Amino acid sequence: MSAPTLAPAPDAPRAPLTKKALTADHPTWCPGCGDFAVLASFYKVLEKLNYPQEKIVTFAGIGCSSRFPYFVNSHGGHYIHGRALPFAAGISLGRDDLHVFVFGGDGDGFSIGGNHLVHTARKNPRLTYVIMDNSVYGLTKKQTSPTSPLGFKSKTDPWGAFDQPINPMRTLINSGATFVARSHATQVNHMVEMMHRAAQHDGFSVVEILSECVEFFPGAFDTSIPRKGGTFQAIDLKKNDGSPEDATRHDPTDELAAFQLALEPWPGKFGVYYENKTRPTKNALEQKLIANTREKTKNASDLDLLQKTFAKMR
Amino acid sequence: MVSPNSPETTGAPGKPGSPRTLNDVVIRLAGNSQDGIQAIGGFLARLAGRSAQEVMTYMTIPSTISGGPSIFQVRMGTGDIQSSGDRADVLVAFYQHSYESHRSSLRPGGVLLYDSDHVQPNLDDKGITAVGVPMTSATVEAVGGSSKEKGKNIYVLGLLARMFDLDVAKLTALIKERFSGKNEDIVRNALLAFDAGHAYPAEGLRDCLYQLDRRTPSPGARPQITTDGNTALAYGLIAAGVRYGAGYPITPWSSIMETLRVELPKYGGLFVQCEDEIAAISTALGFSYGGNLAVTGSSGPGLSLKAEALGWAVMAEIPLIVVNVQRGGPSTGLPTNIEQSDLMQAIYGSHGDAPRVVLAPRTVEDCFYTALEAARLAREFSTPVIILTDQALATRIEAFDEPDLERLMVTVKADLSPRPVGFKPYPLNGPTRHAPPGSIMEDGKYPTVTGLEHDELGHPTANPALHASMTVKRREKIKAVAATYKAPPVFGDQSGDLLLLGWGCTFGPIHEAVGRLQASGLKVGHLQIRHIHPLRSDLEQVMAHYKHIRVIEINDEGLYGFGQLTTLLRARYCNPEIQSITKTDGLTFRVSEIVELVAKNLGITSIKSARAQSVLAPPTRG
Repeated sequence: MSAPTLAPAPDAPRAPLTKKALTADHPTWCPGCGDFAVLASFYKVLEKLNYPQEKIVTFAGIGCSSRFPYFVNSHGGHYIHGRALPFAAGISLGRDDLHVFVFGGDGDGFSIGGNHLVHTARKNPRLTYVIMDNSVYGLTKKQTSPTSPLGFKSKTDPWGAFDQPINPMRTLINSGATFVARSHATQVNHMVEMMHRAAQHDGFSVVEILSECVEFFPGAFDTSIPRKGGTFQAIDLKKNDGSPEDATRHDPTDELAAFQLALEPWPGKFGVYYENKTRPTKNALEQKLIANTREKTKNASDLDLLQKTFAKMR
Repeated sequence: MVSPNSPETTGAPGKPGSPRTLNDVVIRLAGNSQDGIQAIGGFLARLAGRSAQEVMTYMTIPSTISGGPSIFQVRMGTGDIQSSGDRADVLVAFYQHSYESHRSSLRPGGVLLYDSDHVQPNLDDKGITAVGVPMTSATVEAVGGSSKEKGKNIYVLGLLARMFDLDVAKLTALIKERFSGKNEDIVRNALLAFDAGHAYPAEGLRDCLYQLDRRTPSPGARPQITTDGNTALAYGLIAAGVRYGAGYPITPWSSIMETLRVELPKYGGLFVQCEDEIAAISTALGFSYGGNLAVTGSSGPGLSLKAEALGWAVMAEIPLIVVNVQRGGPSTGLPTNIEQSDLMQAIYGSHGDAPRVVLAPRTVEDCFYTALEAARLAREFSTPVIILTDQALATRIEAFDEPDLERLMVTVKADLSPRPVGFKPYPLNGPTRHAPPGSIMEDGKYPTVTGLEHDELGHPTANPALHASMTVKRREKIKAVAATYKAPPVFGDQSGDLLLLGWGCTFGPIHEAVGRLQASGLKVGHLQIRHIHPLRSDLEQVMAHYKHIRVIEINDEGLYGFGQLTTLLRARYCNPEIQSITKTDGLTFRVSEIVELVAKNLGITSIKSARAQSVLAPPTRG
């Protein structure tokens, strides 16, 4: 890949990245929206990661949660509805030096962007995707979303939704995503841990976060909020310590076990469902292709290469 | 071998072995798509290119994947060849259906060269010279083994080499090059087939022996190269410094994507095959956002799918090259035929006020240079640029001067330098300049790119006054592009009766039609418009020098009687003299078609008829 030039020398020691430096526009979300907590957790994740600020890229599609990049002071932007993943894949593949984060909602990711989700998972570019799932179209004011539960009364299903909702964990594992986790906007520490792990994963990592829309689907996730009478069941990950209790813990590298977790009844468990550390990223595979090809051309200059090509057309 | 030569032709002068000299000849090869017809055409075209002869070819590929009729027409000659020739001097017919479908394309006095193993021509057909050669059985005999009739195409190439006294050493070298890297048997078999064809007894070819006039290349001339439009475009993009791209397969765009997928890694770049057209333009925009100008492309239906993302690129002002290799539409339409019916889509397709640049290459050579210009404009004006090429340019082969790469190669790296305090990516009174990710913002404020209306820093705003002024900024930016054009001069008469305007692949036929119309006493000029949007700024002055203006287009005249470019020009210049000549038969314009339609349109009766007789016709017969 053509190395970018004119990059500043990374010599001067830098002050650690702080929430203050990372804060941009004031969020436009409704008071009480679950997305505020996701944003606060993301700042914490970035503080922990402490990447050079100019190397962070946040991008999004369309929807309430897709406003996210405006509230993070980093390079980034706001693309069209449902297509942020292939856009972000372009950023990541063209600029392997960057840390790319994509944000979106359930409609953006599982409905209009469903095809891209499946294929991005298949290709495994190095980037992190955070889906804020509120099970309703909020920006357009309460239509049925692909994750709305059966019976959900929306403006497009006043009698209660009857289309089978998507099971995000099952969809993602099945598509071949190499890091799949689930979290809850009321669990800040858990969110921070999941997003932090996702960011450090070498490949396409997805965290689905249940994030309540207080305006159009209040109480959607109460069954997993302890203070509302529900239970938050975190996944107990295998420690490989040989202890007897370890045998019952979840092995995230076990795809079948991940599927079984994904099929548990609502509200299900939270944590890392699946993690595949062996499948190479598309970034690595394309770099290898470039390196092999360059070796075959004996690192000839661009001019030499093209002149040789034209000479063959004589 | 059968001997169906009519008594008229057997008496013609010219003993076997004493060839006549020709300036140019049109050869049409007709067979099925698995016969390697294109390979013969390709060899002939490249041979002509190596001999400093101008070459033009014309090819149809049926949309069926394998089997079915296929033709390839090659015109070789030493003059200024700009079109593939209307009718053929030689028809090579592999099958009965090839003969029956294409007999009418042969000029009176032309030569029918047919496979006597498969074809039974009408022996009463006196207007042509029919030569039957057992192509299939002779190939089987020459090559032997289990390869059966494979290599029949190369056998025919040998026959044609004999007929036209072509350079055997160069052809043999081309065959070796073409099959190099493959099994040695394949090269050997190909050469055996070629030699057998070339050794075909001269008596068998009767008096059908000719020689093409050899032009000595002028001193200092650049070597000629021979290629098709899609290849020229792909390498033009590489010369322009484009190193990233994304696409999705669709005919006839796919070969550009295949070339770039294989070539770009050599240059340290990469091309991604995406899950769909929308993902392709999105990935390309991601590359561009990263600071490296990228390309995506498609053909008609795919462009419709990309339209929303294109609107985003206009709003966010991200540089991008979008290639549309036009084909017959709407919908799946005629996937392997030519049509120029995406012009309005290229200029206006998307939503909202979304001005962008649209360029249309005119020849295969121009595909290369248009790619360079597109990349320059995309970078300089931070805008999407659409290259509107077409199926005819994509697949036909032309010879042209090898580009001077030392002068033309562009190297651009992403500018990741720190941006000073007060940096604004979208200044209202200046060009848009993005800070790609990786650039440090010295005031600590990082920019956003967005499809929402935004302020100078890229932050969203619904301020009505700002939307108005940003709309003006985006419009004026595209208007300013025209000042950077190096627009070509008018060909032919600089003023007079008629100006012929065209765009895209019709360049050659219109060019030749000018001469024929001038011969009947008309003063005619020709301008092929590469800069579709914005138009060159002097077009109104150019048009003012002519009484009539006719725009030649391969699209429908629409509800109001005008083709797409004509509609645009009439709206722009309010000139009622601008009229259309259109057609939608999925084929390129023939020279005679243009001449006849123009004459009919202008009510002219004194047009000289084209060369009806083949150059191969025995001299005694005219």
